[in-house]
Amino acid sequence: MQLTLEFGGGLELLCDSVKIHNVNVNPENGAAKLIMKDLLAWVRANLIKERPEMFMKGDSVRPGILVLVNDCDWELSGQLDTTLEEKDNVVFISTLHGG
Amino acid sequence: MEDMEAKEPRRTGTRLCCLCNQRRAALKRPKTLDQICRECFYEVFEEEIHRVIVDNKLFNPGERIAIGASGGKDSTVLAYVLSELNRRHNYGLDLFLLSVDEGITGYRDDSLETVKRNEVQYGLPLKIVSYKDLYGWTMDEIVKMIGLKNNCTFCGVFRRQALDRGAALLKVDKLVTGHNVDDIAETVLLNILRGDIARLSRCTSITTGEDGPIPRCKPFKYTYEKEIVMYAYFKRLDYFSTECIYSPNAYRGFAREFIKDLERMRPRAILDIIKSGENFRISTSTKMPEQGTCERCGYISSQKWCKACVLLEGLNRGLPKLGIGRSRGLDNGDAKDTRQSSRTKQIESKSCGTLDF
Repeated sequence: MQLTLEFGGGLELLCDSVKIHNVNVNPENGAAKLIMKDLLAWVRANLIKERPEMFMKGDSVRPGILVLVNDCDWELSGQLDTTLEEKDNVVFISTLHGG
Repeated sequence: MEDMEAKEPRRTGTRLCCLCNQRRAALKRPKTLDQICRECFYEVFEEEIHRVIVDNKLFNPGERIAIGASGGKDSTVLAYVLSELNRRHNYGLDLFLLSVDEGITGYRDDSLETVKRNEVQYGLPLKIVSYKDLYGWTMDEIVKMIGLKNNCTFCGVFRRQALDRGAALLKVDKLVTGHNVDDIAETVLLNILRGDIARLSRCTSITTGEDGPIPRCKPFKYTYEKEIVMYAYFKRLDYFSTECIYSPNAYRGFAREFIKDLERMRPRAILDIIKSGENFRISTSTKMPEQGTCERCGYISSQKWCKACVLLEGLNRGLPKLGIGRSRGLDNGDAKDTRQSSRTKQIESKSCGTLDF
């Protein structure tokens, strides 16, 4: 599944300072769909190059990181249970960096 | 079984804005838990700030106002919204951007570039004051001398004064800062943890320093950080977001994380911390520091010399520990300073001074 992932608010520093990543992620072990929880595990394993604790806490993002799926707050789509579809755009923005 | 699941609106695009009932909701407001669309969000976000400004009488027509601008999300959104509201509601204000150049290579020089772009984008005149000009030292030079301990204390004390000096140069009536409700909640907790009663009682005030030369106010006192960042994202505002290279940020970092954890469970908790802070009653037997002026530079101070002068004296005499910790003034002597240092360790570094109250 083709997805566009965007990191902002300082999170790009955790992945070689690259903000936009066009990636191909597929559900694992024959699962029928890909949900945000799977995607986060994939991002942590494949894109985050340093200090993963700045990005994740438990199996979710660290509190204070905003997530938008197709420019919509993931709190409206079920957070970790949000189902992803082909060509979805997922944005992660940290609110924790300087003011 | 499949059918039951299908009834759940799992995908984005299925929920409508609870205000206009027409467009698709784009975010959940932490303050109200309302699900609203982008357009309604802009409107309520801006109008709430307008209400705060009007209800608290933050400005008077014809005033000159400096916006403390770091290039970060809060001050960038503040500059944008304030110039918008000034036009829309005819506040009649002359707005200026005021930035402090601490002299931190690879951090402040980059964020100042953002502020310079904001100057053009919003058409607001910009004034930059630097530590080098004001104090003769850049933060790079200070860190080279004192290392990475207590550096935030120097930076915080110097910034507070630098903003006042810059505001005086601009001849403004007031200084506004981008402190948001999350920042203030964090500061309430830190002041409780430090037992700093004087700061605890003033840190929730929307306007401070009315007795001093330049009052400061915080139009984002009730504005959630989440909404500020969402607003900046949706509006594609140009801001800078890198952590200061010298900031260890440990103590404040813990408080910040604690607040973000609370917010995830119950977003109202942040506003409730502010409410608690506002309603603390300070017992009359608590000794409060008396406000006077610094004998050396004339800045407001509760001691003989203001904190910046004490720190500067230490730097210039090669005794950078001077003025660190709760031992104040020059009369304490260095021996006493070292004896006190273990006892005062917990309060000595006000980690990350961007948030000075």
